[in-house]
Amino acid sequence: MNKVVADARTAISDVQDGAVLMLGGFGLCGIPENCIAALVEKQVTQLTCISNNAGVDDFGIGLLLKQHQVKKMISSYVGENAEFERQLLSGELEVDLIPQGTLATRCLAAGYGMPAIYTPAGVGTEVAMGKEVRNFNGKDYIMELAFEADFAIVKAWKGDTHGNLIFRATSRNFNPLMAMAGKITIAEVEELVPAGTLDPDAIHTPGIYVNRIFQGVNYEKRIEQRTTRTL
Amino acid sequence: MALNKEQIAQHIARELRDGYYVNLGIGIPTLVANYIPTGMNVVLQSENGLLGMGPFPLTGEEDPDLINAGKQTITTVPGSVFFDSAMSFGMIRAGRVDLTVLGAMEVSQQGDIANWKIPGKMVKGMGGAMDLVASAQNIVVAMMHTNPKGESKLLPACALPLTGKRCVKRVVSDLAVLDIRDDRFHLLERAPGVSVDYIRERTAGELVVPDEVPEIQF
Repeated sequence: MNKVVADARTAISDVQDGAVLMLGGFGLCGIPENCIAALVEKQVTQLTCISNNAGVDDFGIGLLLKQHQVKKMISSYVGENAEFERQLLSGELEVDLIPQGTLATRCLAAGYGMPAIYTPAGVGTEVAMGKEVRNFNGKDYIMELAFEADFAIVKAWKGDTHGNLIFRATSRNFNPLMAMAGKITIAEVEELVPAGTLDPDAIHTPGIYVNRIFQGVNYEKRIEQRTTRTL
Repeated sequence: MALNKEQIAQHIARELRDGYYVNLGIGIPTLVANYIPTGMNVVLQSENGLLGMGPFPLTGEEDPDLINAGKQTITTVPGSVFFDSAMSFGMIRAGRVDLTVLGAMEVSQQGDIANWKIPGKMVKGMGGAMDLVASAQNIVVAMMHTNPKGESKLLPACALPLTGKRCVKRVVSDLAVLDIRDDRFHLLERAPGVSVDYIRERTAGELVVPDEVPEIQF
């Protein structure tokens, strides 16, 4: 049951051009920094990235965008990235903007083995165009399909050799959902411990969903909007 | 005098009730947190996975793993809880959030709202706004009454791509408080010193004006 691989480079070694990737994180919080760096180094292209945001110009998925490795983004909010907006408006990049709850629940559906969900988000808007709308108890809902992704790449706080994961604070966000939803799930963790060390009651993602895990290094954990108060 | 952004937030804070779970959007709505009455129990939901959001941290105490939906560093209050994004929108969809406050580029007299896209110009995305407006029972919009060109943002019909249909019940702008029902705007209160005619001229949608329109008191 040992899921441990050496490092990010090994973990993503079979990601091919044209792959569909899920990348965890909200803004720059809880993003798989090590794997993104390895994907940049590997120079795979034509990627489809499912991720709530697209990073900033010089960090996160922004690093992949800068090298034109991304063909399509599926996200809910991309307002922090000028290069993204430039590539989008010039037609170099495809983008599918979807409601944040829909994004999360399409991951959930994949991880729970359900083909589709019904959600009221986007009824009567352009998000509903071309989709089945069904009325339940007097209210309209859009049918949205479970995601299919070749790889889910997530970042956890702690993980064990069996691939069990624990997330910290709001860096949890999409990570446990995507961890359940990839054909192959790769987890990078701040602290890798032997199986049996973590409290079974405290584990957020059971290792059955995780195929590869490694101890991450040199986390920058950049803060996007540093806001403070004074006493 | 038209209200400033702080005053809009301060006035919206009057919608808060003891025991409410509240989601505040980015911009003016975030400021509402500064005006929760002392002694009132209100729990703030941040849709990136937190119930019990506290104030910004002191300098040196910022935690990169702890941010709000606007990606700002924040703190938690006692009794807070973290969860994943699916559960976050699950509680929104299931109607557990008592009050949602968000901004808008346009609102129509039917209660439609547009706030996520300007075709050809700005493509930032809807984030969680479409989920929130589709499910929340109690939605208050905080917005400026007109755009920088002086054109009304309260319209007979939205021109921009919609975020949601028939969902907005109340608007608090810099000029007035209005309810939306029966496909019309109903003027409830006006900013101090702002006349009904001034509001009428800047409201493109159909406006119902009662005999008495009190000034907002602070």
